[in-house]
Amino acid sequence: MRVYLDNNATTIVDPIVFEEMVPYFCQMYGNPNSLHEFGSETHPALRCAMDKLYAGVNADDNDDIVITSCATESINWVLKGIYFDFIRNGDKNHIITSEVEHPAVIATCKFLETLGVDVTYLPVNNDGVIELDTLEQSITDETALVSIMWANNETGMVFPIEEIGQICKKHDVLFHTDATQAIGKVPVDVKKAGVDYMSFSAHKFHGPKGVGGLYIKEGKVITSLLHGGEHMGGLRSGTLNVAGIVGMGKAMELAVENLDFEKSNVKRLRNKLEDELLKLSGTFVVGTKEQRTPNTILISVKGIEGEAMLWDLNKAGIAASTGSACASETLESNPVMEAIGAEADLAHTALRLSLSRFTTDEEIDYTIETIQNAVLRLRAISSTYAYAPDWHESKL
Amino acid sequence: MGKNTLIGGSIWEEYSQKVQDLMNHPQNMGEITEEQAKEMGTKLIVADFGAESCGDAVRLYWAVDEDTNIIKEAKFKSFGCGTAIASSDTMAELCRGKTVDEAVKITNIDVEHAMRDNPDIPAVPPQKMHCSVMAYDVIKEAAASYKGVDAASFEDQIIVCECARVSLGTIKEVIKLNDLKTVEEITNYTKAGAFCKSCIKPGGHEDRDYYLVDILKETREEMEHDKLSSLADAKTSEAGEFAFVDLTMVQKLKKVEAVIDENIREMLMMDGGNLEIIDIRDTDDGFTDVYIRYLGACSGCASSSTGTLYAIEAVLKEKLSDAIRVLPI
Repeated sequence: MRVYLDNNATTIVDPIVFEEMVPYFCQMYGNPNSLHEFGSETHPALRCAMDKLYAGVNADDNDDIVITSCATESINWVLKGIYFDFIRNGDKNHIITSEVEHPAVIATCKFLETLGVDVTYLPVNNDGVIELDTLEQSITDETALVSIMWANNETGMVFPIEEIGQICKKHDVLFHTDATQAIGKVPVDVKKAGVDYMSFSAHKFHGPKGVGGLYIKEGKVITSLLHGGEHMGGLRSGTLNVAGIVGMGKAMELAVENLDFEKSNVKRLRNKLEDELLKLSGTFVVGTKEQRTPNTILISVKGIEGEAMLWDLNKAGIAASTGSACASETLESNPVMEAIGAEADLAHTALRLSLSRFTTDEEIDYTIETIQNAVLRLRAISSTYAYAPDWHESKL
Repeated sequence: MGKNTLIGGSIWEEYSQKVQDLMNHPQNMGEITEEQAKEMGTKLIVADFGAESCGDAVRLYWAVDEDTNIIKEAKFKSFGCGTAIASSDTMAELCRGKTVDEAVKITNIDVEHAMRDNPDIPAVPPQKMHCSVMAYDVIKEAAASYKGVDAASFEDQIIVCECARVSLGTIKEVIKLNDLKTVEEITNYTKAGAFCKSCIKPGGHEDRDYYLVDILKETREEMEHDKLSSLADAKTSEAGEFAFVDLTMVQKLKKVEAVIDENIREMLMMDGGNLEIIDIRDTDDGFTDVYIRYLGACSGCASSSTGTLYAIEAVLKEKLSDAIRVLPI
């Protein structure tokens, strides 16, 4: 049996989405910018896809949802665009974000720091969420932008986006949110949230890879990073990825339609898995079930290093993820793990399981059984758990 | 970069088959009890190294025959990733049958080599080399416990890079011998810093006592200091012993001034003139340009840009270096 429980990394393309995309490879392959029929025959599908994207996040028709290649591009665009418009060519010099953002945000902010920008990385509490008071205290006259994720990729923790939006509005500071892990998992409403910019990526909600979007509120247009044509109203040049846009539109429609299913069935399966795993001694999960996206579990299994756990799961055909430093190319520990669970050794024992609407009961039963076996085997090998619980507790 | 690095790969694909097999079925995993050790007529040694919060922890059990100092049985337990488990397992295997003194000589490099499928292909990717170091450290702990000494006493040199086992002495030596200027060069010459990278600079996978960046800086400073003091020594010895081109700018200026004072200035003053050195510069094409200004009768003298100039240049060339050019301003 093969079980895919790494849906926060990427998802299967919904076959319905794939079907919608197929005609735009070999039949309607024209460039939408061309005058001829080959080009213009793609327009109805593109318009339909845009309608679905706007409806999916409750954007106003006067707002922009610019198609990009992925959320990483959208995030780079916002942060660097803000740099050009308000810092390099303006009188601001400060950006606020959090310690647990995706590397697309953190690495771009680090780059901007080399250009002289002040960046505040807000700490998080044990649940991995920022404190609103700390955010408000960090805002100064110099602050150009607050960039806080909607939901965290590792923990699934949902951030208080509406409250953050209100604080930004109160202090007249622009607000960007990385909603990559939120769309399709929790309701995403740009009006309610009061965001000025929002990044997302299709492949996280059963759309294709290589296409994403940046929502820009009416009147908040920022400097383009990709010059070269009239695409996307001149905001983002590059021939439109027609099939990708059609796929992302359909994926968004399905994501919104399935929100109830996500909240009921995906959550039910996630809770079943979580409850069974928590019956194992020496385990804990970051954040309460209610605070998280319905599909995510970040569990610490004491005495078992994360990569060793992934190894056993992979042998059994199960795909999961770990924040363990040992499993990374650089051996650097994951800042999210460090930020929320250093005292709990989470940085080395974290196992992330992320479900989707395609996950089945059988798969979850098989996963529970497999993890139980892996825990028995690996704890028998472990020097820090099975036969030396005292030593383990003393954290020698 | 290049084609093979752009897409990247899974580190698991770089594990040797032996590593994978040991991860799946460790051969020496377990513990030795007091009773078991007694039955064998041996002394039980239990040593720990690392901690869960560091990401690796290993416990080594030895049953040692006290008459022969031979390790009759070795077992391990390990908290760590697949390569840590495989390394610990291999380490226990290598200990068995050896005397304690022989076991202390087992290094992490021996452990890694023992896990290779092909003698020329590393058993683990570079960043996982670190895992085998644990195996080496815990042996020292066990031997120290058996002998009742401090584990540090088994190390007769300061090891800067544990993964590649490169000592401080070696690193300083290659920097000096090969005039190394970057950490990358040190890594290329010694492999220090090629694996887990903790020893390159503070802030890596683990804290170290010595970092390559500091060693490089200090060694370069030592080299500069040595060079200056040998130059100072040379100044007091016979002129010309040192190649002019190797001198510092200050040294060059002093040499030029000395030659001018000794051989030229008097001649100019006899004609009611003089000169001053305005600047001295090394050019990209290997010349040393001496900028002078004529004073008194010399300024405006027709010969100052021809005969006199050639004479000054000829003297400097003869006494110091053919690469000197004199430029009046």
